[in-house]
Amino acid sequence: MGDAHAYRVIMASRLRSQLAYPTSFAFDVVNQLVYGLIEFIELYAVFHNVDSLAGLGWSQALLVMALSRLAFQTGDLFVGHLDQMPAYLRQGTLETFLIRPLPVLAQVITSDISLRRVSRIVLFGGFTALALARLELTWTPAAVVLLLAALLGGSLITAAMFITAGTAQFWLIEGGEAANAFTYGGAYVAQFPAGVLPVGVRVFYTAVLPVTFIGYLPTVTLLGLADPLVPSWFGWLTLPVGLTFLTLSLAAWQFGVRHYQGGGG
Amino acid sequence: MTGEKSTGATDLVIESRVLTKEFRRGRSGRRGRTDSVLRAVDSLTVTIRPGEAVGYIGANGAGKSTTIKMITGILKPSTGSVLTCGLDPMRHRRDLARRIGVVFGQRSQLWWDLPLQESLRILGAIHALPPTRWQRRRDQLVERLDLAAFLDRPVRRLSLGERMRGELAAALLHEPELLILDEPTVGLDVLSKERLRVFLREENQGADGGPPRTMLLTTHDMDDVQRLCPRLIVVDTGRCVYDGDHAGLVARVGANRLLVIDLVDPVQELAGALAGLPVAVERTDDAGLRHTITFAPGEVSAGAVLDRVSAVAAIHDLSLSEPDIEEVVRRLYASSA
Amino acid sequence: MGGAVGQVRQPTALRAFAVLFSAGFRRYATYRRATLAGAFTNTVFGYVRAAVLTTAITGATVGAAVSATATGGGSSAGSGTVAGYTAGQAVTYAWISQGLIASVMLFAWNELALRVRTGDIAVDLARPVDLQWSWLAGDLGRATYLLLPRGGPPVLVGALTTGLLLPHTAWPYLLGGLSTVLAVVVSFAGRFLVNLAAFWLTEVRGLVGAYAGIGAIFGGLLIPLSWFPDWLRVIAWSTPFPAMLQVPVDVLTARVDGATAVRLVVVQLLWATTMLAAGRVMLRLATRKLVVQGG
Repeated sequence: MGDAHAYRVIMASRLRSQLAYPTSFAFDVVNQLVYGLIEFIELYAVFHNVDSLAGLGWSQALLVMALSRLAFQTGDLFVGHLDQMPAYLRQGTLETFLIRPLPVLAQVITSDISLRRVSRIVLFGGFTALALARLELTWTPAAVVLLLAALLGGSLITAAMFITAGTAQFWLIEGGEAANAFTYGGAYVAQFPAGVLPVGVRVFYTAVLPVTFIGYLPTVTLLGLADPLVPSWFGWLTLPVGLTFLTLSLAAWQFGVRHYQGGGG
Repeated sequence: MTGEKSTGATDLVIESRVLTKEFRRGRSGRRGRTDSVLRAVDSLTVTIRPGEAVGYIGANGAGKSTTIKMITGILKPSTGSVLTCGLDPMRHRRDLARRIGVVFGQRSQLWWDLPLQESLRILGAIHALPPTRWQRRRDQLVERLDLAAFLDRPVRRLSLGERMRGELAAALLHEPELLILDEPTVGLDVLSKERLRVFLREENQGADGGPPRTMLLTTHDMDDVQRLCPRLIVVDTGRCVYDGDHAGLVARVGANRLLVIDLVDPVQELAGALAGLPVAVERTDDAGLRHTITFAPGEVSAGAVLDRVSAVAAIHDLSLSEPDIEEVVRRLYASSA
Repeated sequence: MGGAVGQVRQPTALRAFAVLFSAGFRRYATYRRATLAGAFTNTVFGYVRAAVLTTAITGATVGAAVSATATGGGSSAGSGTVAGYTAGQAVTYAWISQGLIASVMLFAWNELALRVRTGDIAVDLARPVDLQWSWLAGDLGRATYLLLPRGGPPVLVGALTTGLLLPHTAWPYLLGGLSTVLAVVVSFAGRFLVNLAAFWLTEVRGLVGAYAGIGAIFGGLLIPLSWFPDWLRVIAWSTPFPAMLQVPVDVLTARVDGATAVRLVVVQLLWATTMLAAGRVMLRLATRKLVVQGG
C-alpha cells in the first residue's frame, strides 16, 4: 500500500521539525511533565489529609489515576490534536486535507503527532509502576492480560472521545470548545475512583461516556475490590467497550466529513 | 496508476447538471423555521472540455467558491450532479484528488513551518509518485517557476508571490488533468501577476511536452481573464448569467477601456484625428492638454488609437484602464435582472 | 518617563485606559458561543472537583471518629473538617474558584508573545500609550466581561446542586471584589513577564504552558492550598500564584476575615506592584534588544 509510505514521510518530517528547535522542545517537555506532576500532586494532597477516597486507599487510587492517564495520554498522542478541529475548520485546513488522495482522518492524525507528549506517557508509566509496586500484586497471566487490555481499551476510548468531539465540530463550527468538557472533563473523571460520583452521574460516565472503564473498573477487577454498583469482572470490558466506541466514532466521523458544510470564508 | 475510470458517457472534464447547493442559516434552526435558506449555487449546468481555460467570475458571495468545492469533492451538492474527470467527486474523492490540482489563493496547502522543498517531497509521497518521476517533475517546476532561490526557506518566510509559486508547484506536482485556481493572483504585485499568467498560459497550452491542461479559475482581475481565459462563465447569486467569450461579454454590457492622454501642446479637438474609429473622445480639461478616449476592447486596439493621436499631436503621458471586472459584472447583473 | 512628559500623560493615559478597557471588554463579548462553551467546561470540572472533595471529607469524617485522620499539621480541630474545610466549604471553594478562573486567567495565554513573534509588537510600541498600561487595560476589560458569563454558570450550578456557603455581610464581598481585581492585575503582570520571553526565545508555547500549569496547582485551582503538605504549602505561598486565586476565593467566601484578609490583600498589592515593575524593566531590555538587533 503506497499510503503507508506517505504517512511515514509526513510523520518523519513532522518529528524532525519538532526537534529543529531544541530549546523550545525542552520547554515543551517541561510543560508536559508539569501537567503530569500536578495531577499527581492533586491526588497526593488529598491523601495527605485522608486515608481513603470512595473506599480506595492511596496506592489503589494512584493506580486508577496513573492507569487512566497512561491510557489517555497514549490515545492523546495520536488523536489529541483533534481538539484543534475548530481551528482546522476555520482556517480551511480541512479543505486542504480533502483535496489530497488520503483519508482525512489519517491526515489529521499524522499531521501533528507530537513527540513532546511522549514525556507524559513515560511519566504516567512510572506512576503506574510505582502504584503496582506498592500494591505488591501477585502477577498472574490473567493480571498481565487485564492490564494490557485495559491500556489498549482505554486508549481506544480516549481516541473515540476525541474523534466524536472532533466530529461534533462539523456542526458546531463556533463554540466547539464545549467538546472539551467531554474529552478533558471525561479524562478528569476517569482519574478518580468512580465512587466519588453520585449514582446518576456515574451511570452517565459508564454507559454514555464510558470513562470509568479507563482506569477505575480495570483497577477494581485487578485488585479484586468490591464495588457496590458493578460486578468485579467489569474491568474486562474495557477493550470491547473501546472497540465499540471507536467503531461508532469512526462511523460518525465519516458521516460528518460527507456532510461537511464548508468552514469559514 | 490512476486507473482510467471509463465513464463512457463523455470525455468532458467538468460536467454539471442543475447543480445546486443550499445552506441553511439561522439560529440552529429546527425543521420548523427554515426561513433562511441560502441558495449559494442555483441550477448550474455547464460543461468544460479538455484543454479549455475557463474564467469563473462573479461578485463576492456569488457562489464561486461553493461551486469549486462541489467540483473538488469538498462539499456535497444539495441537488443536481457534477462529474469531474468523469468521477462523482464525493464518492471518488481520493481518486479525483490524484487527477486534479487545486490552489486556494487564501489558503495554503504547503507546510507552514517547513522548507518549501520539504512540502514538495511530502506531496510526492502523498501522491505516491515514483522517485524518478517526482524528481523530473520537481526539477521542471523549480525551473519554470524559478523556485530554486527559496526552496530551503520555511514557507512562512516566503513573500506572497513566492508562496503562490510554491502553491502552484504543489498543485501541479502530480501532473493533474485539471487545474483549479481560486483567486490565484489576489494580493500579488504587478510583476508577480505577470509571471504567474505567463506560467499558467504555458501550462494550459501543454508545457514540458505534456498534454494541454484544463484550467478553471476564479478571479477578480480582468487582466487575468483576458490573458488566460478564452471562455468566461459569470455567476450571479448562484445562477449562470453568461457563458461565452470575452468580447461577447464586453459587447453585451458595453464595458469600455479608458485611455487618458496628456499632450505636450494643447489641442482643442481630437475627434477629427480619430474619425472612422469606433471610439468616443472627450476633452477633460479646459486647456486641451488632457483627453479621455473610450472604446470597446474587441473593436479597436489601443495601438491604433495612439497611432492616430500621435499623428496630430505629441503625447506627453498616457494611462490605460481596463473595464473593471466588478463593473462588468455589475452591468451584467443589471442587464439580466 | 521624564517629569515633563508625565504631567501631560496623566489625563490622556486615563482616557486611553478607559478606551482600551472597553475594547478588551467588547473583544471578548463577540465570542459568545465560545464563552458559553468555556462556562460549560468550567461547570463540569467544578462538579467533579466538588464531588472529589466532598467524598474525601465525608469519607474521612464519617467512618473516622477513631482514626481522626488528618495526618497533616494543617488540619484544624473539630469534626467534619479536613485541612480546615467542611464538605460545604470545600464545594464552595471548588465552585467559586471555577467561577473566577476565566477572569483571573490561570490558563495558558500567549497573545502578547504572538505579537512579539509576528513583529506586530513594533506597532504597539509605536503607539503613544504605554504598552504595559494598554495591555493591562485590555486585560481588565477582558476579565470584567468574562466574570458573569464564565463565572455565573458554575456558581449558579453549584448553588443549585451542592449549595454554597457564602457570607451574609457586605464586607467580604467588598474586600473580595478588590481582591479579585488585584488578582487579575497580578495574573496579568505574571503573564506579561512570561510572554516577553518571546523576545529571546523562538517559541514560548512550552514556557507559557508550564507557567500556567504551575499557576493552576500553586494558585489553588486543583485543590485548596491548606490541603498541601507543609513543605509544598510553603513553596506555594512563596510564589505569586496564591494571590491570583486562593486569596480572592478565601476573601470572598470569608474563610479569612478581619486583619488577616486585609493583610492578604496588601500582599496582593505588593505582588502587583513589584511584578508590574519587573515587567517594565524586562520590557525596557526587550525594546533595547529590538532597537539594537532589529527583532
